[in-house]
Amino acid sequence: MAGGQERILRGRIQSMQATKKITRAMELIAASRIVKAQQRVEAAVPYSEQITEVVRDLSAAGASSESPLLAGRDEVKNKCYVVITADRGLCGGYNTGVQRAAEGEIKADVVAGKGYEIIPVGKKAEAYFRFRGYTLGQAFQGFSDNPSYADAKAIGQHVVALYASGHVDSVELVYTRFISAGSQEVVLRPLVPLQRDTVEGGDGKAGSTDGSGSDYEFEPDPTTILDTLLPRYVEARVYAALLNAAASEHAFRQRAMKSATDNAEELIKNLSIIMNRARQDSITTEIMEIVGGAEALGSGKDEQVRYVELDLDAAFGGSSAGHPAPSTTPTGDVQTAGSIAVEERSNTNTTTDSPDAGENI
Amino acid sequence: MANVMTVEVVSPEKVLYSGEATMVITRTIGGGEVAFQPGHVAFLGALVENHTRVFLADGSTEDVAVHGGFVEVSDNKVSILSDAAELGTNVDIERARAAKQRAEEVLRHEHDAEAISALGRAHARLNAAGASF
Repeated sequence: MAGGQERILRGRIQSMQATKKITRAMELIAASRIVKAQQRVEAAVPYSEQITEVVRDLSAAGASSESPLLAGRDEVKNKCYVVITADRGLCGGYNTGVQRAAEGEIKADVVAGKGYEIIPVGKKAEAYFRFRGYTLGQAFQGFSDNPSYADAKAIGQHVVALYASGHVDSVELVYTRFISAGSQEVVLRPLVPLQRDTVEGGDGKAGSTDGSGSDYEFEPDPTTILDTLLPRYVEARVYAALLNAAASEHAFRQRAMKSATDNAEELIKNLSIIMNRARQDSITTEIMEIVGGAEALGSGKDEQVRYVELDLDAAFGGSSAGHPAPSTTPTGDVQTAGSIAVEERSNTNTTTDSPDAGENI
Repeated sequence: MANVMTVEVVSPEKVLYSGEATMVITRTIGGGEVAFQPGHVAFLGALVENHTRVFLADGSTEDVAVHGGFVEVSDNKVSILSDAAELGTNVDIERARAAKQRAEEVLRHEHDAEAISALGRAHARLNAAGASF
């Protein structure tokens, strides 16, 4: 029935409008948070630059520490992946990008006969790898969109302990690097052991190469400083990665929600067109029925023509006040000719109330 | 010789302080308090919880509670790196006092490394804030 379709379409448009409001709100929230997250990424740069510089100065000064964090292992049997994703979805390909990159590496390791350990950061990574039956290490979550240094510290300490205990032989970070609001990329960066190129690489930037080994005074001795410094350095790296990931998450979410809003608008537009067409169709059908009914009656009696006009009004006004319902018609065989024709007939049969109703209109 | 130097106090979350100063006093692990003046030789040190004082070029003093970290001096620039540092003016004195009492309470019964460092932090905070104990 045409009217039913129109009602269904109206419902769909309404739900689409509600969805659009939600996605629009999420888009605006994400857009405002990108700026804040970006500022935090920038605010963390001085510290990570300075600490990188200190590490470089120390190694330039010949502080060849025995620290296990600096010395790579000859044979890498177990690799650890710190996979940084969001706690929530609705951010486009953000989570899947990171997960896929990590999963690819892990599969390659399994093929090569190596062990792996996954440290999922963010609920999405945990859910993804748990569902696929990977064995997981300790999970960290609940801070993906606004990480604090304490969160990075917890992850850093856990990773350093894992490495120091010999449980894993190398640790890699998988996260999304924030380049600008318009571009982010999934990166895989070695975290532990710290190699020279890792140290200089910093957070994906080429380090300055003027490792001028100026003569430093150390207090206490260089080795002790390095030993206390390296865990801090790992934490700073993790922190930078978390901030990058958070900024990327907001950027991805903003883009995803923007296209969702656009799609909703498009759908609303298309559905409105279809709905209007359906409404027009049902009106046209009704007119056709009326005209057909009038013609079927054939005879050119003025009185009957007048009644037809009245019924037209009733059809468009929607309320058929005063008119007897078609079911009350005594002549059931005429029903197929259309409701209007039936009312015509019934009007002629019960001529008492119909003209009054016409005057009321 | 230049009589001022650049001082930066940097925490992972932000640059707490940056400016010109004539002297910086801080405390290294095992080495006691150490002061830097312009033209100091290149220096690297690990810090304990302490009350770091930065004597600014205009004669005033900036007090910072530094909870561990590092100090690097090179090219007439002092950088203090700390995962947790706060300016004396930002210290919540009541909270620091409460933390100090809590730590002292624990230490009365047992020797707890965490409580000792908590006490150290509370002292550094209160000193930096210039508050009485």
